[in-house]
Amino acid sequence: MTNAILTGLMLGGMYALIAMGLTLQYGVARIMNLSYGEFLIAAAFTAHWLFTGWALSPFVGMAFVVPAAFAVNFAVYKLLLTPLVRRARTRDALEVDSILATFGLTFIVQGSMQSMFGGAYYSYSYLAFPVQVLGETLSANRLAALGITVVLGLALYLALTRTRAGTAIRAVAVDPAAAQLVAINVERTSALTFALGGALVAAAGVLVSTFLTFSASSGVVFTMKALIIVVMGGVGNILGCLIAGLLLGVSEALVASLVDPGLTLAVNFALFLAVLLVKPAGLFGRATR
Amino acid sequence: MTLRTTTLGAIALAAIVLLAFVPRLANPYYLALAISLLQYTVLATAWGMFSGPTRYVSLATTAFFGVGAYTVAVLGEVLPWPVVLVVAASLGAILAAVVGLSTLRLSGVYFVIFTFGLAELVRQLVVWFEVNKSRVLGRYVFVNVTQSDIYWQLLILAIAVFLIGWLVARSRLGFALRIIGEDETVATHCGINTTIAKVALFTISATIMTIVGAIMAPRWTYIEPSIAFNAMISFQVLIMALLGGAHRLWGPILGAVPLVILFELLSARFPNTFTIILGCIFLLIVYLLPRGVAGLLESGKARWGETFKPRAVA
Repeated sequence: MTNAILTGLMLGGMYALIAMGLTLQYGVARIMNLSYGEFLIAAAFTAHWLFTGWALSPFVGMAFVVPAAFAVNFAVYKLLLTPLVRRARTRDALEVDSILATFGLTFIVQGSMQSMFGGAYYSYSYLAFPVQVLGETLSANRLAALGITVVLGLALYLALTRTRAGTAIRAVAVDPAAAQLVAINVERTSALTFALGGALVAAAGVLVSTFLTFSASSGVVFTMKALIIVVMGGVGNILGCLIAGLLLGVSEALVASLVDPGLTLAVNFALFLAVLLVKPAGLFGRATR
Repeated sequence: MTLRTTTLGAIALAAIVLLAFVPRLANPYYLALAISLLQYTVLATAWGMFSGPTRYVSLATTAFFGVGAYTVAVLGEVLPWPVVLVVAASLGAILAAVVGLSTLRLSGVYFVIFTFGLAELVRQLVVWFEVNKSRVLGRYVFVNVTQSDIYWQLLILAIAVFLIGWLVARSRLGFALRIIGEDETVATHCGINTTIAKVALFTISATIMTIVGAIMAPRWTYIEPSIAFNAMISFQVLIMALLGGAHRLWGPILGAVPLVILFELLSARFPNTFTIILGCIFLLIVYLLPRGVAGLLESGKARWGETFKPRAVA
């Protein structure tokens, strides 16, 4: 039981990290990014390549992967998504268009990874030694990942609530039209926030690669989990994201250890539906949407 | 009946009669191609029936298709063929009603997210059930159904789909759905029960997809969850319906026919980069043809009419 809860908390921390980037991309830049998981897997493959080819530790590798992901996502927003933002007349129209465009992007990224790495599963061994916590055995790489998640989450929360740029980002999330009236460059803020979300998911990808096996086609599952957590926690809400992620992780671990490991996705969906039926705006979302 | 409807009806009837003789005339390769043409025409038209007027993007085609195929794999040898089809159709209808009732009351994005994961969810549940309860993963389909039978069944289904679509579009339900697609708030204020209307049409469209899955199942002799619930089907159907233009009943067929032939050529020639090409085609459609070929034809017709009119007056 303690073991299940501890495993669940670590899993949940990872889910929260995965979902933080999407909550920024969807909450602020209004892009429902279905290719999100593919970018996570791409970062995982890069970390794998840096580790096996150049013997770079994943935590050092992050210093290369994260800025690169920022640049790539910035380019994706500027080149692919800005035309859609300009074309869309309402927020709903933008959502549908962005879903379709990123759905197409999913297949391009996935196809490229498949032609480069094939369909095989990849993993490497890094920090894979046991650590004793509260009388339970946990692996060091998962603990390290959890630690980095907490640091990143706190830093992001403080940046969003305590700095000028963070306030501008939140203003765009609340009302893009009104944000323009107080001299916020909405287009640039959206592009930068989208890129920031992409950088976060790349960090998540690097961390995930240290303890999970992954293949070119496993991105969809991560997209799914991230989407569920974002909606559950309330769109654009970092704290809600953290709590929803932990909730999902713990419930998954409990079901896997007490009922059956094959039913974890069913639990995700059940939880998702339950939250939507009771509180459609998410656990911490405002009811305006 | 006006002259135009009579002519259209006559052309449609002639086309059906011609199409019915394809299995007698074509060799096995072209028959197989004709079957995939019909399969994707029906799937894309059924997709457009719901998603066209309501503008709710459904990514769950393969979930329903897979339910149909898997029902045949389980029951195909136990029950007579028509009964199997009926069971498959009712399973698909029940699944669609449950999904629709729980997600269509909410905003469109939640529906998209849910349908995006639905195929994966159903697949996991089937795998879990097979591994733990029935203890077989992967089944053989030995049903006495030939390729020609599959073709004729699909042809009948295609005719039925167009009839249903035509009837729905002229009914109160179709009208209600078009209003929902324009503005859901207005629809509610007009006294339309939006949830019932959406769930009803979603169920009709999903049931058709399930039947397609059931009819197609005998083409594979071996079925396992990853074959039946192949995400590629959802994706291809979506591309076809969008290329054709989902806001018209006859739109999706304009996308299905060229794309099935194109995919057939591409997947034979570039098996490794097929997914990438598919993604690029999809993006091109989203950016350059947001209203599909049907939209292009309509605006072309309107422009032609405008340039023609002044001359007629003068």
